[in-house]
Amino acid sequence: MVLVEQSLNGLQFGLLLFLLAAGLTLVFGIMDFVNLAHGSLYMMGAYFAATFTAWTGSFILGVLLALGATLLLGIVLEFVALRHLYGRDHLDQVLATFGLILFFNDAVRLIWGPAGLALPLPAWLTVPVQIIPGVYYPAYRLSIIIVALAVAALLYVVVMRTKIGMLIRAGASNREMIGALGINIKLLFTLVFGLGAALAGLAGLMQAPILTVQIGMGENILILAFVIIVIGGIGSIRGAFLAAIFVGMIDTLGRAFLPDLLRMVLSSAAASTAAPALSSMLIYLLMAIVLVVRPEGLFPAAKR
Amino acid sequence: MKSQFNTSNVVVALVAAGLVVLPLYSQLTGNIFILTLFTRIIIFALAAASLNLIMGYGGMMSFGHAAYLGIGGYAVGILAFEGIGSGFIQWPVALAVSALYALVIGALSLRTRGVYFIMITLAFAQMAYYIASGMSRYGGDDGLTIYKRSTFGGLIDLSNRVQFYYLCLACLFGGIYLIWRIINSRFGLVVQGVRSNEQRMQAIGFHANRYRLVCFVISGTICGLAGALLANNTDFVSPAGMYWTRSGELMVMVVFGGMGSLFGPVIGTIFFLLLEELLSQFTEYWALIMGPLLLLIVLFARGGIMGLLGRFNRG
Repeated sequence: MVLVEQSLNGLQFGLLLFLLAAGLTLVFGIMDFVNLAHGSLYMMGAYFAATFTAWTGSFILGVLLALGATLLLGIVLEFVALRHLYGRDHLDQVLATFGLILFFNDAVRLIWGPAGLALPLPAWLTVPVQIIPGVYYPAYRLSIIIVALAVAALLYVVVMRTKIGMLIRAGASNREMIGALGINIKLLFTLVFGLGAALAGLAGLMQAPILTVQIGMGENILILAFVIIVIGGIGSIRGAFLAAIFVGMIDTLGRAFLPDLLRMVLSSAAASTAAPALSSMLIYLLMAIVLVVRPEGLFPAAKR
Repeated sequence: MKSQFNTSNVVVALVAAGLVVLPLYSQLTGNIFILTLFTRIIIFALAAASLNLIMGYGGMMSFGHAAYLGIGGYAVGILAFEGIGSGFIQWPVALAVSALYALVIGALSLRTRGVYFIMITLAFAQMAYYIASGMSRYGGDDGLTIYKRSTFGGLIDLSNRVQFYYLCLACLFGGIYLIWRIINSRFGLVVQGVRSNEQRMQAIGFHANRYRLVCFVISGTICGLAGALLANNTDFVSPAGMYWTRSGELMVMVVFGGMGSLFGPVIGTIFFLLLEELLSQFTEYWALIMGPLLLLIVLFARGGIMGLLGRFNRG
């Protein structure tokens, strides 16, 4: 019973991580751009959702408005600042977007105050649902799984089956060439960045009711998203998907079962401090092993 | 031949002289705050200088240098906690553990290049962060208070502000001298050659990664020393001091000053920490200004402050 529930939690967390990592890996794969501020967009999605839900009184309306707002914010950000950083070396991009993190954290503190916000769920999402006989699972977490899977499928269709997706894939394998073929590459980049921002915002606002909406919420999870795209191979959406599920599972199952396992060998108090640290470490250990064995990740995107 | 009296050299000499006479100024005016502020600045300058050795000269963009600050600090803190107060034991242990950590993660990380290297050093630093949070005996998440600073058998008293300041300054100047010797040695030239063209260096018979690794270990060891100093300065070590944003700040200090310039990180650290101090007196939301400023510096002032001074010099 517990195992089923925790596995679903792991799947849910993994899918959420995928939404975040997908935007990151698209932006990286196509524009060769490292965006540390991706976590800030995740945070902004959550803050927007909390605010708009409070204003409109409707969860669905608030979520939709927040999605639009993050999309817009991403496009503005790309247009004002980030497009000047394409083609610069990765260090410049890391530093500039690190500056953006500082900015967003303080801007949020200024606007919403240092205390976190809560995003309350409507009543119809708080009931437990019987998924298999005898096993109940919170409706909200189930809906995260469904929405994230739907978005992943949509993303797959858009990237693999549409004209835009064809351009995106072409951009990822050879930027100069599709520019030379007369595609408006600047517009394409802005579009992809906005899409990535909206995905990050979606991940943030879906996570918001489970955890609190707070400053810095995007930073820990951003590092996880980076770990995922590095494990999966930068630029590969398929790699990001598999790595995200894997990391989500390890993180969740580690947190759930490691304390009990450790209690067999350690004192109870020591086990409860060591276990969360150990399960967090497992992920980084996994990444280190993958990079040592396959320095380009598990599913490297096509060579440029 | 280039004149010795160009703008950047004059600025560097003035800053160095200023750092030497600062305690005098503090004593005369009774301004203790400036002494404690600059002690902190000097310690971070040492850490930034060590990062500059691999970033600026070795081309290795380590996003995990805060780990060494933590390791050096925890070595001092844990030994003090276990009743070993002598700096003659604490500090060599701090350096040795930092060097060992750098050796292990360097050997693994240097298999990768570019952004993968940035990410893997970040990942290892996060691992170190989680190890520190998991050490329940030594405070876990809350950190570890150091009740007694390192003792050096009566030679120097670290609780005396001025003596501690000069110890830190001596470490900084010593560290920079060491880095200067390294980059001008045969070893240092090979490392810089590998940064410019790895294939060519391999082709003429240098084992590029071995040179990189040694350079990486030296950098980590120097940063471990900064960690030991920092722990003595704050009388406290905590996982929060090893968080990845700290590594980012160290990178910012290096780039502000000018990557690949010997004294640049010192200037950059002074600039960054003074600016942070000034802005936080002016407004609680200092990062609201610091963040965009960082973006602007990256966009428009490549080469940092030392780069600007150099440009000024050429007229």
